[in-house]
Amino acid sequence: MCLGIPGKVTKIYDQDNILMAAVDFDGVEQVVCVATTPEVTLGQYVLVHAGFALSVLSDSEAEETFKILRDLQEFNKRLTEEDQNQ
Amino acid sequence: MTETPTNLRDASLTKAIMAEIRRVTTQAWNIMEICGGQTHAIMQFGLDQLLPPEITLIHGPGCPVCVTSLQAIEQGLQIASHPNVIFTTFGDMLRVPGNQADLFGARSQGADVRVVYSPLDSLKIAKANPNKQVVFFAIGFETTAPTIASTILTASKSGINNFSILPANVLVPPAIRAILSNPANRVQGFLAAGHVCAVMGYHEYLPIAEQYQIPIVVTGFEPVDLAMGILMTVQQLEAGQHEVSNAYPRFVTLEGNLVAQEMIAQVFEPVDRQWRGIGTIPLSGLGLRREFASFNALSRFELAKTPLSESPLCIAGKVLSGVAKPLDCPAFGNECTPSHPLGAPMVSSEGACAAYYRYHRTSA
Repeated sequence: MCLGIPGKVTKIYDQDNILMAAVDFDGVEQVVCVATTPEVTLGQYVLVHAGFALSVLSDSEAEETFKILRDLQEFNKRLTEEDQNQ
Repeated sequence: MTETPTNLRDASLTKAIMAEIRRVTTQAWNIMEICGGQTHAIMQFGLDQLLPPEITLIHGPGCPVCVTSLQAIEQGLQIASHPNVIFTTFGDMLRVPGNQADLFGARSQGADVRVVYSPLDSLKIAKANPNKQVVFFAIGFETTAPTIASTILTASKSGINNFSILPANVLVPPAIRAILSNPANRVQGFLAAGHVCAVMGYHEYLPIAEQYQIPIVVTGFEPVDLAMGILMTVQQLEAGQHEVSNAYPRFVTLEGNLVAQEMIAQVFEPVDRQWRGIGTIPLSGLGLRREFASFNALSRFELAKTPLSESPLCIAGKVLSGVAKPLDCPAFGNECTPSHPLGAPMVSSEGACAAYYRYHRTSA
């Protein structure tokens, strides 16, 4: 139930005074209520749960996470190589 | 932007994090993932089998349909059986056993029970059926709360009077406190549910970490996210630290989604709530504020009080409190299976018993 799926916002519009968006999930487009993330702009990723956007993806934090992961992978590779050389 | 699930399901990345967990682990630790969605992801990707034997994952109560009280389910069944009602619910709830029946059974007896993806769908149904009462079963944690609050605010503004909810929302922080206050508790660190924190932020967990001297790490749902959350918890445990840290910063901030929190606060207020198998936890639920009391289905229908009885074999309460694991239950896979569940954790897509059954964790 608490699963959330990230998707890319392709259209933002007003429907009966509710802020809605078209969100692309890897090629499948769904209508999502973005009243809970009114700051969202076109092209951003939102975390969608039960038809609502709960959060907007932070590009800088995502990059930082990926950098940490790459560093960790590199570190682990070096350790394995050192083990093998001993 | 590089956000694709593929990156976060990269086996070599997950293995690198697992290797780091093995490198830093020097002793046994028990870590609880609160969220049932995470329990299923852990089993699905086999993360429990990649961890060093010192690390035990204990599965938490974060399965909304599992903890929805028997009383609420019985109330739902009564309301759904009313001839003038369209009862709407998330699909997970259909097969959760009540005293004897479930909503699926009620539907086969002629009740108009409809599965919705979003609470807003219930409003559409209400608009299209002005002569019917549409009642939405409002279950879930802080993730569904803003979606339900927003739906009620919309109904209120649009004057849709044939819509109401059966309120059953629950909150995570009081449950963590209840687990930590239990003398049988063996949890030493928590993975906090990333999507609950996307809504609420993680400031609520700071006093809990301090009071109970326990590390809490906000964790996402992809294999790499889960592995990172476990690594950051083990690092704290090994260093004797007890802080709240964030392994899911791309979607979670300290303060969370303030717009969503405002909607929740406008519509709901904290109330004591009964958790199935666990008991009443003070101020652990969301009840409708007085201004929105007319949206409470309980005030629209006369309901009979029914005696409540659980299966004497089922140990769901112990499983949900982290005191027992599914395989500790003699009924697991025998009297209790997904097609004949004795308790809700065997039915739900977030229940720990269902996860063990589905991913064949049939021996310890």
